[in-house]
Amino acid sequence: MPALPLRMMTGSRNSLHAWLLVLPACVLLAAFTHIPIVTTFIHSFYSTPRPRRPSRFVGLDNYEAMLSDPIFWKALWNNAIYALTSVPISIALAMLMALFVNGKLRGKGFVRLAYFTPTVLPMIAVANIWLFFYNPQYGLIDQLLKPFGIVGVNWLGTQSTALWCLIVVAVWKEAGFFMIFYLAALQNISPDLREAAAIEGASRWTFFWRVVFPLLMPTTLFVMVNAVINAFRLVDHIFVMTGGGPDNSTSVLLFHIYTVGFRFFDQAYAATLTMVLLAILALIAIGQFVLTDKRVHYE
Amino acid sequence: MTQLNRGREFTMAKLTRRAFSALALSAPFVSRAALANDTEVRMYFPVAVGGPVTKIIDDYAAAFEKANPGIKIKPVYSGDYVQTITKVLTAIKGGDVPETAILLAADLYTLFDEDVIVPIDNFIKTDADKAWLASFYPAFMENARVDGKTFAIPFQRSTPVLYYNKDAFKAAGLDPNKGPANWAEMREMAKKLTKKDASGAVTQWGIQIPSDGNTGWLFTGITTGNSVRLNNAKGNQVFYDDPKVIEAASAWHDLSRADASHPPGIISWGATPRDFLEGKAAMIWHTTGNLTNIKQNAKFEFGVTWLPGMRQNGAPTGGGNFYVFKGVSPAKQEAVFKFIKFMTEPEIAADWSVKTGYIATSAAAYATPTLKSYTDGFPQAIVAREQLQHAVSELTVHENQRVTKFMNDAIQAILTGARPADVAMKQAQAEAMRVLAAYK
Amino acid sequence: MSLINHDNAAGEWLETVAAWTLGLLWLLPLLFAVWTAFHPSAYIATFDLFAPLTLENFVTAWKAAPFARYLLNTVVLVTGILIVQFILCTLAAFAFARFDFAGRDILFALVLVQLMVSPDILILENYITIRSLGLVDTLPAIALPYLASAFGIFLLRQTFKSIPKDFEEAARIEGCSTLGVLWRVYIPLGKPIYLAYGLVLVSFHWNNYLWPLIITNSVSTRPLTVGLAIFASPDQGIDWSVICAATLMTSGPLLIAFLLFQRQFVQSFMRAGVR
Repeated sequence: MPALPLRMMTGSRNSLHAWLLVLPACVLLAAFTHIPIVTTFIHSFYSTPRPRRPSRFVGLDNYEAMLSDPIFWKALWNNAIYALTSVPISIALAMLMALFVNGKLRGKGFVRLAYFTPTVLPMIAVANIWLFFYNPQYGLIDQLLKPFGIVGVNWLGTQSTALWCLIVVAVWKEAGFFMIFYLAALQNISPDLREAAAIEGASRWTFFWRVVFPLLMPTTLFVMVNAVINAFRLVDHIFVMTGGGPDNSTSVLLFHIYTVGFRFFDQAYAATLTMVLLAILALIAIGQFVLTDKRVHYE
Repeated sequence: MTQLNRGREFTMAKLTRRAFSALALSAPFVSRAALANDTEVRMYFPVAVGGPVTKIIDDYAAAFEKANPGIKIKPVYSGDYVQTITKVLTAIKGGDVPETAILLAADLYTLFDEDVIVPIDNFIKTDADKAWLASFYPAFMENARVDGKTFAIPFQRSTPVLYYNKDAFKAAGLDPNKGPANWAEMREMAKKLTKKDASGAVTQWGIQIPSDGNTGWLFTGITTGNSVRLNNAKGNQVFYDDPKVIEAASAWHDLSRADASHPPGIISWGATPRDFLEGKAAMIWHTTGNLTNIKQNAKFEFGVTWLPGMRQNGAPTGGGNFYVFKGVSPAKQEAVFKFIKFMTEPEIAADWSVKTGYIATSAAAYATPTLKSYTDGFPQAIVAREQLQHAVSELTVHENQRVTKFMNDAIQAILTGARPADVAMKQAQAEAMRVLAAYK
Repeated sequence: MSLINHDNAAGEWLETVAAWTLGLLWLLPLLFAVWTAFHPSAYIATFDLFAPLTLENFVTAWKAAPFARYLLNTVVLVTGILIVQFILCTLAAFAFARFDFAGRDILFALVLVQLMVSPDILILENYITIRSLGLVDTLPAIALPYLASAFGIFLLRQTFKSIPKDFEEAARIEGCSTLGVLWRVYIPLGKPIYLAYGLVLVSFHWNNYLWPLIITNSVSTRPLTVGLAIFASPDQGIDWSVICAATLMTSGPLLIAFLLFQRQFVQSFMRAGVR
């Protein structure tokens, strides 16, 4: 924020104008974000209304049920693994991609396009294609690994590999999008810095770690927060590829919420699960706030 | 979503709804309903069968309208079964009750508990009606009744069968005209049919039973063949921890673990027909609904046979039934009843069976020239119907989706070797009974 | 900036190979979809360069589901969200960037909550809200939770703040009203951001699945993603050839749009210095 605005619009008339300007957006935000957060909280203390049994206050019953629900714990654990692996990998790849296409690469435009296409394709559609790739018998991955003596692995049908298959798809889908942000950031790094480094005899590697990487830090933080949110938000491919199986080994929180809320029609329990998701997101927000200089982000 | 806070639907909301309804509903529908005095019947229909099914249904609807002036049928194609029931319950909660829908037979108790369906008995007045109601195969009616009342009429019904590749049978020195008669025989055949290349990689599996979708349905095929039921008639008790059920689960797992004639892990329902057509699996368990697809795409001779049982023959029924909803005016309900009767006429049922592979729901349908000439030329089509004499209803209990999922999860844990059969099934039993306790 | 010194020819060569390999790997699913969609399903598992080409899969897919209607729904939906979001977010961002009013900072902090808690997470409560409005299974219902976007407000506010005050002063002196200033000065100068933001928005909503899945029931409201998902999960097993054809048909318009706009898109992101 500028230290002292030249002529910041103040006064009651302008205040009214300002409120009128923000009102439509704020009403919608309140209606579909803030109020639902509050009602989720309230609903989590009530039982699910049934035709013959109306909703009643049950205190912490739903939370107790949640703590003893093995699928909840599994989904939470899966979600943690999903976030902790897919986020760093897609960020590292995004950075690498940006460095590639920011250089003097031959066919730069094409390569950049290749990296970015997954972003444009609907997850629900490409998940079907990945489903084919993972087929244990004639799938592409099976064919590619054949020379290495790895054959017939039932990638999606084995508890230990299924989640990783989904992580690969998520990384593939997201890295190209994050690349764009890095690309934009790299453009803002002055060429003088590189020349200066070259004069001092710094290797490219040193230059990257000492100069470029720190300069990309604000971008990395921005991308990271978005990537983490996506790790809790993006479940489309789970619907197509595993349906949460085998034995919930690919179920994540939002998928579990959908199953409970929209397949079992258990509104109260779904609200309780949503509270956990909201708590996690709040923690991420606080973490981001503490970790970063506020200025870097908001200004 | 069904149980949503009704208190929030205050008057303003109703006003809004009215104001938006013109926008919300597609224009042609509004104008048609508003202009004509016709009785409109909306039928939610799950398009889970693929292919030109919507066209077939539209044709039936048109034929019915022609024969019954004054009644308009509007099919609403609403996705798979799970989506369709969600949509129907949603619409009802929103005060917009559809007249009828084809929903899973297994969702009987869910609909009953939601208090949204009416007994078909309400419409049965004449002897002809009674005869009509008695004409359906008993296996299909098993999960159509609650407390002695009939709440559903079978329409698109199926049962799993075993498909086998006759060329693979010949190559393995087996009689291509005889599929496995029982579980033991299937195991032996599967071992002989499993082929490996020089590197030891399997190029053709002996048997493949999918387990990522319809898991419990196919499992009911194994349990029924092992002379055990999975639930009671009241739908408030399951028997997941019965020794015979545990034995059935172990037997399934043994196909891959002990015999190595079945691919390990969870097998995709969607990919299994393709595996069969590609010659990667010599025998598969799948729905009869797949018959037409396999007939059209197989480049080899194939056979269809009953599910081989461990102790007896047995299979579950599956698929969808007609339901009539509460809150619909008597005049409309009568129109629905007329339509349902029309759709289950032997000629229509026969035509439907030929075009889709579903089992026609009555013996009379199989006596029609349409179906007779079809099954004469294509005897594989008659297998499913003959299996009906050994068929039972699939798992049909209160809170069906949730209770079924406990079992599906347990089976998946067993098949992936994560938990032993008895541990997994006992845990599923405990979880299921905790949910069902409310319905005792 | 490249990783390896360009004086080093071998290094440069290695970098090129690595970049291209990664690129081809990333394109693989799309290449597979194109290959599969144009060949008979018998060739799906066996790659044969001389396999006969066919358009049959496209015909089958087109006939099997009302993709034209789905496409129309998606286009109407995405256009609607785009227009409304642009207007609402521009107005709000302008106020946050250039007005000093009571409660501004708290309000802005509240807006930012939506950056964290996207509407996808609140499917349950939003469903209840939409139902109580009687809007289930309508296009407005799909759009409503997304019409105001914290990301959009945040992005545009940042852009507006970076525009020198002098421009505004000049316009004011020429007698522009508040909205006139916004229209004549801020929006034109923010053009690259609008393009980048617009493309992100379009690709997000074109591909959005979970919420439309929940809130739509019928052909007349279902967007492409939901239609495709219903189409792709038949009881009888997956026919990848037809699914690939359907995938290409449904994402084709977006892919083409991106091909056409990709240079401007990337550049506007760069110029915007989105961080």
